[in-house]
Amino acid sequence: MKVLINGKVKEIPEGLNLDQLLRHFSLPSQRIAIEMNTSVVRRKDWEDVIVNDSDKIEIIHFVGGG
Amino acid sequence: MSDTFILAGKAFGSRLIIGTGKYRSFQEMQSAHLASGAEMVTVAVNRVPLDKKTESFLDYLAPEMQILPNTAGCYDAEHAVRTARLAREALETDWIKLEVIGDPVTLLPDNEQTLEAAKVLVKEGFVVLPYFSDDLIMAKKLLDAGCPAVMPLAAPIGSGLGVQNPANLKIMREQLPDAVIIVDAGVGVPSDAAIAMELGADAILMNTAIAEAKNAEQMAKAMNLAVQAGRLAYLSGRMPKRLYASASSPIQGAISNIPK
Repeated sequence: MKVLINGKVKEIPEGLNLDQLLRHFSLPSQRIAIEMNTSVVRRKDWEDVIVNDSDKIEIIHFVGGG
Repeated sequence: MSDTFILAGKAFGSRLIIGTGKYRSFQEMQSAHLASGAEMVTVAVNRVPLDKKTESFLDYLAPEMQILPNTAGCYDAEHAVRTARLAREALETDWIKLEVIGDPVTLLPDNEQTLEAAKVLVKEGFVVLPYFSDDLIMAKKLLDAGCPAVMPLAAPIGSGLGVQNPANLKIMREQLPDAVIIVDAGVGVPSDAAIAMELGADAILMNTAIAEAKNAEQMAKAMNLAVQAGRLAYLSGRMPKRLYASASSPIQGAISNIPK
């Protein structure tokens, strides 16, 4: 199925929760945050939230800035 | 003399807050941070690259450093609020440097959107530190909205032009004697930082002036000293300006005659 992650269309397996989504893209789980359809998903809920077709997901980390 | 900087109930020994952007290497950033004496640094929220492995940037920050995430790159209140919420979730901090930009060429703030975002974030329990134009009335509105400090610009972000409207900062200081005023953006050289502090700013936030210096570590030290010098000067109270000279040595008793 297709989802929009960080502004890009990505093909991912169906039924992934957010923990699994991070692993799918080999992303670290610390000091990041996930937003799904414009709402932040709390870290404690990652395991319970399943990604659906056409979801809009933002995964952020931190970079240098002023 | 103790002159602790208190911001939102937290005490800081340094009145210099610095950024983490534009450094040529993480090592250079670390040495500049150390030399600056800063106890708080800003970081930016950004999308994680999905296709390449990235180094954990936060590992290069000293553990005792307070991290202040920003909402840089946001052009409306809605995106700034979303960015702040993401930052809070990732870093477990309520502190946010609120930055809502009005246009990409000048990077000048959109004060209206900034105020709107500030109101939402304060209600959600954030410690909102807003970057905005050096405008007294907007400062009042942001403080009324519950911001614990206001952060007027000295000049556009990354311009290094120094304090463009000293009168505005002076008026803000005089009219808001109890407010915490942090001059954010536009400082180019230590004298700019000293001027802002002499005008009564409580602290300075800067990034480019240090990161783009040929020797960032040395410039960080110079800024550290300038902020301290400006603060001491402000507390000391400057002499009055006069149009005409005022002799420092006694005229009476000099062996020369005053020319007619």
